[in-house]
Amino acid sequence: MAFTQEEIVDGLAEIVNEIAGIPTEDVQLDKSFTDDLDVDSLSMVEVVVAAEERFDVKIPDEDVKNLKTVGDAADYIAQHQVSKA
Amino acid sequence: MSKIKPSQGAPYARIMGVGGYRPTRVVPNEVILETIDSSDEWIRSRSGIVTRHWASDEETVATMSIEAAGKALADAGITAEQVDGVIVSTVSHFKQTPAVATEIADRIGANKPAAFDISAGCAGFGYGLTLAKGMVVEGSARYVLVIGVERLSDLTDLEDRATAFLFGDGAGAVVVGPAQEPAIGPTVWGSEGDKSETIKQTVPWSDYRNGGEVAKFPAITQEGQAVFRWAVFEMAKVAQQALDAAGITADDLDVFIPHQANMRIIDSMVKTLKLPEHVTVARDVETTGNTSAASIPLAMERLLATGQAKSGDTALVIGFGAGLVYAATVVTLP
Repeated sequence: MAFTQEEIVDGLAEIVNEIAGIPTEDVQLDKSFTDDLDVDSLSMVEVVVAAEERFDVKIPDEDVKNLKTVGDAADYIAQHQVSKA
Repeated sequence: MSKIKPSQGAPYARIMGVGGYRPTRVVPNEVILETIDSSDEWIRSRSGIVTRHWASDEETVATMSIEAAGKALADAGITAEQVDGVIVSTVSHFKQTPAVATEIADRIGANKPAAFDISAGCAGFGYGLTLAKGMVVEGSARYVLVIGVERLSDLTDLEDRATAFLFGDGAGAVVVGPAQEPAIGPTVWGSEGDKSETIKQTVPWSDYRNGGEVAKFPAITQEGQAVFRWAVFEMAKVAQQALDAAGITADDLDVFIPHQANMRIIDSMVKTLKLPEHVTVARDVETTGNTSAASIPLAMERLLATGQAKSGDTALVIGFGAGLVYAATVVTLP
């Protein structure tokens, strides 16, 4: 079953909250992980691994650097679960 | 066909003593900041490292090893003459041959022991410990010195803001000898050569011989995010396998001594492994930096010396690094 974009963003918000302590309501599509949400490069790896588990997608290291904003990550997850279905 | 007499080993092996040597010069982050555009706060938040030790010209791979070995022997109550095996793990001894283990064995006053170097990066201590255990149980040696030693400051690019602050120098040693009860668990170890590019030496030494244009002295470089992911999430699985192989759970552990790569890796591993609160976690990286093969025995020695751990405690040790290679086992602390 594919996740909706809303479910993906809510899930990412919970993950970012758990890893970086950022309030879930601050995790919006246009927010940059590094600049707005205080998620540094190492925490980003933790976010990615948690997202992989939660959404059952694979996000290889070489793609992680392209996920600048919450929207980038949500799109990536949505696309990769669609292509899998 | 002649019948070959088998060797007679000990029933089990144990770590009998531990010793460490940290170079005299303590290097704070301010010194690192002279050559990279960064900040003390950034270095601390990314690595947890506040100071590290850098060796002087007189503190060589051999002399640091001899100091650590002497302390380990004293701690074990063994004389150098009783040592019949010396295993040295290092990637920063700048002489290809002979092995530095033979010089160390001779200079501590051992009596012609088997002596050799191994190259297993930051997993080197676990590799050496596993070999030593095998030698003691198989009977080809009774007391084996396992030394992890590095002068990583020689292989650090001080202008690389991703690694300049990371590495330190030092030596850690243990004596492995016979035991009546199991005190070193099964080792879970392996290699992932398909990831060899994630931590590596920038250029091979042979580039110099060939007279080509070599801009900089070789240094250790790594892909931070890829290494972090592997170290935390793949190594947590290996750590769990080592607990399973030893027939214990995380609740039975007293101490966790991961390779001191980076505080962030240590913290994230502890979280991923869901280690109970009562487990003491080695965090020697804060004042020692990443000393590769030396980091586990150095951290072990410090935990025991400061009373954070005690003799007889059950500890999970796990090393992981360039190769990529890894080794994890459960041990009883000396």
